[in-house]
Amino acid sequence: MTMQKKKLGLKDKYRYLTRDMAWEPSYQKKADIFPHEDFEGIKITDWDKWEDPFRLTMDAYWKYQAEKEKKLYAIFDAFAQNNGHQNISDARYVNALKLFLTGVSPLEYGAFQGYSRAGRQFSGAGARVACQMQAIDELRHVQTQIHAMSHYNKHFNGLHDFAHMHDRVWFLSVPKSFFDDARSAGPFEFLTAISFSFEYVLTNLLFVPFMSGAAYNGDMATVTFGFSAQSDEARHMTLGLEVIKFMLEQHEDNVPIIQRWIDKWFWRGYRLLSLVGMMMDYMLPNKVMSWAEAWEVYYEQNGGALFKDLERYGIRPPKYQEQANIGKQHITHQIWATFYQYSHATNFHTWIPSEDEQQWLAEKYPDTFDKYYRPRFDHWQEQHANGQRFYNSILPQLCQVCQVPALFTEPDDPTQLSHRQIVHEGERYHFCSDGCCDIFQNEPEKYIQAWLPVHQIYQGNCGGGDVQTVVEKYYHLKNGQDNLEYVGSPEYLRWLAWKKLATPQAPAGTGDRRDAA
Amino acid sequence: MSVEIKTNTAETLRHTYGNLQRRFGDKPASRYQEASYDIEATTNFHYRPLWDPQRQLNDPTRTAIRMTDWHAVTDPRQYFYGAYVQSRARMQETTEHAYGFCEKRGLMNRLPEALQHKILRCLVPLRHAEMGANMNNSSIAGDCIAGTMTQLHIYQAMDRLGIGQYLSRIGLLLGEGGGAALDQAKAYWMDDPIWQGLRRYVEDSLVIKDWFELTLAQNLLLDGLTYPLMYQHLDRQLGEEGAGNLSMLTEFMRDWYAESTRWVDAMLKVVLAESDENRAQVQAWVDVWEPRAYEALLQLAEVATGRDALDEVRTALAARLHKSGLRSPGVAL
Amino acid sequence: MKQLAFIVFQDNDNARYLVDAITEDNPRAEVQYQPAMIRIQAEKRLEIRRETVEEKIGREWDVQEMLIDVISIGGNVTEDDDSFVLEWKN
Repeated sequence: MTMQKKKLGLKDKYRYLTRDMAWEPSYQKKADIFPHEDFEGIKITDWDKWEDPFRLTMDAYWKYQAEKEKKLYAIFDAFAQNNGHQNISDARYVNALKLFLTGVSPLEYGAFQGYSRAGRQFSGAGARVACQMQAIDELRHVQTQIHAMSHYNKHFNGLHDFAHMHDRVWFLSVPKSFFDDARSAGPFEFLTAISFSFEYVLTNLLFVPFMSGAAYNGDMATVTFGFSAQSDEARHMTLGLEVIKFMLEQHEDNVPIIQRWIDKWFWRGYRLLSLVGMMMDYMLPNKVMSWAEAWEVYYEQNGGALFKDLERYGIRPPKYQEQANIGKQHITHQIWATFYQYSHATNFHTWIPSEDEQQWLAEKYPDTFDKYYRPRFDHWQEQHANGQRFYNSILPQLCQVCQVPALFTEPDDPTQLSHRQIVHEGERYHFCSDGCCDIFQNEPEKYIQAWLPVHQIYQGNCGGGDVQTVVEKYYHLKNGQDNLEYVGSPEYLRWLAWKKLATPQAPAGTGDRRDAA
Repeated sequence: MSVEIKTNTAETLRHTYGNLQRRFGDKPASRYQEASYDIEATTNFHYRPLWDPQRQLNDPTRTAIRMTDWHAVTDPRQYFYGAYVQSRARMQETTEHAYGFCEKRGLMNRLPEALQHKILRCLVPLRHAEMGANMNNSSIAGDCIAGTMTQLHIYQAMDRLGIGQYLSRIGLLLGEGGGAALDQAKAYWMDDPIWQGLRRYVEDSLVIKDWFELTLAQNLLLDGLTYPLMYQHLDRQLGEEGAGNLSMLTEFMRDWYAESTRWVDAMLKVVLAESDENRAQVQAWVDVWEPRAYEALLQLAEVATGRDALDEVRTALAARLHKSGLRSPGVAL
Repeated sequence: MKQLAFIVFQDNDNARYLVDAITEDNPRAEVQYQPAMIRIQAEKRLEIRRETVEEKIGREWDVQEMLIDVISIGGNVTEDDDSFVLEWKN
């Protein structure tokens, strides 16, 4: 009957279904078709050596992804129909979602744009196809996040204008500048930054705690989109590792360039994730694990295995890894304390952790919490009780690179604020750390362009001179509703009403700033 | 016992996000709207791209076309990611069945050799042009602005990869199996005179810098001739010659093309309605690329379908252009 | 320091069969049940074999089906028709 047909193995078949569709051009010069492949100095001698990180053809992609989406949207519908927002542990939890939707979701869209571009820039078709699949996945992530939060937005404040805020609100320049930095780089650095340093090395620290946190706090919608998104992440992580190995194997001259990128993007990612650490330690009413524990499992242990594996290529662990390991005991307390003071300019509420929560923090951070951080919270708590909820009206100094306020301490002295500065072409620039200062010095012409929110406010570029005008007119935040202290906020009162809890005596003066401002 | 609905009823604070309220008022928004409007960064970019230092990261000047708001272009299919993959999953399920059927029964490799050869020479090399279309659309998705526009093009990019893969699988079903047929088809693409016009057009499109020009050259003009030529005329002809089963394997492409023309035409309509300058610019590009697309397919058509078929699809494209208020430089209507 | 290859699944019905299959093929693997997810780890190397999974679920199974339920992985990936291997090589 049928002829005996030769059967291709998975690898060969996939090659015919992807890279073999490409060809050597002759009517146009290759360099004109791929003009961005060389300027970063990465040498690729043979794209045929590219190992496809996964072998998914489009038909299988459509099939599996449709299955995932079908499940996901069924749960979103059920969540909304059943008023799932009322089943969360506590309304404070939603503040973590506000941080996520304004800080992370727009990055997914940026990733989509970056991978669409990388999916065209490489002359190796295997790499292009892998990038394109990630591009459309990232579009999936931003869209499913918006849909998951859509129901929360109907019942809570601060989620209502996430993309507008992402472009403008002071602390959101931390994630935004991170992604702008990657997208404005060449295609190889973009992949090192996002596929390797972020997706492979650090993404577990973002998603796994976030989703476990959602699970612990009764947020079915977020758990579902998170895990569904993570199932794409396994492919993205594989791409991250493959791209690094590929570049390292192609030419020894690539090694120092990649090492510099790894140093840079590790540190930039670490600074960005301090926001996630804060969320884990302070914003989840039911806590999963501490930032320090997560760092140990997901960075020290996983990263250790990874960098040991990469040793054979002459790659060493990221330059300031030790400082990050020390910082795990400190950064979340420092950054929450900062947001507590600047809550009048954020789209989420802050609060002093309850006594039980402080006890948990003391257990998780036995060497640092009681000694360095509890006294400050006690002091603020007392002030609050006396009608003086503390807000800092002096805008902070921002780091020129990571754009986090200068709030971190010296690695060897937690009582000393860490500050570096250098003069470049007659202008003085400030940094939070050696890591950020190094990044600047390697590429000053890039980082002098940074759009620093505090400078911009002082220069009158944000709709007005005083902070309240900026907050209301430029950020689209409603003063007294979207911002400030949690206790006594409209959201807090609404939650008590839902839960039919009596309104406790709000600490005197809770509303001071609410009316005054 | 009364159910206390009142106190538990959660009155909503708002029906949708602020950006959609500003556009459409505070009423419940569709998933398409939430997923597509205003999600892209528009201001306060931190660094100029190293690969394009004259412009911002998201910059409306990567095309000569000017729109007050690119979100005016929307997808008539209302595809956000979930809707898109679910629609394609349904299509692929049918298609997979057809490929499985043909493979199991050896329907392709039992065709007369001459017919197999014609399919291999005149259809399968098109997989390479699909790779070009894939690259072009990925490039546009990265260059254009506004979520409604970017997503149209990334879906289009992935569709073209998928179509290239289906064409490749036709090659795998022909002859002895293995990759030999595809190697042969690639040789045709590289050296056979009937393919050189198209290969030149595709390579020329890969160096177009203006993304709107590129979407016209690819998704309107080249596809507007190639798809009807190959999947209607050539398909019919091969059917008459005895390869009717091939139609099962190209049904995806016909369905897909019918669908994609809807958004291409909708995009064109909005852009042309925006201003006379846009209209003049689009016409200028059509004047350049339409004749080239025709030329590109001429030799292929001579061998595959006859020249009349190409002239027929050119007239149909001219009618389509005319309906949008554009002129075809090649066909007077 | 230990070099753990690992894979993390969503805690759902599919995962139970996968976990059974993996523990059978990797006797030294450790299984951790965490909130909403299951992590399986082993020193250096972890292998998922199609044949074993098919035995557990009683039907044909494509290695790529697994991607629906995976949350995270650690190690270099080697994938073919018959297996999915996670491995640290150094």
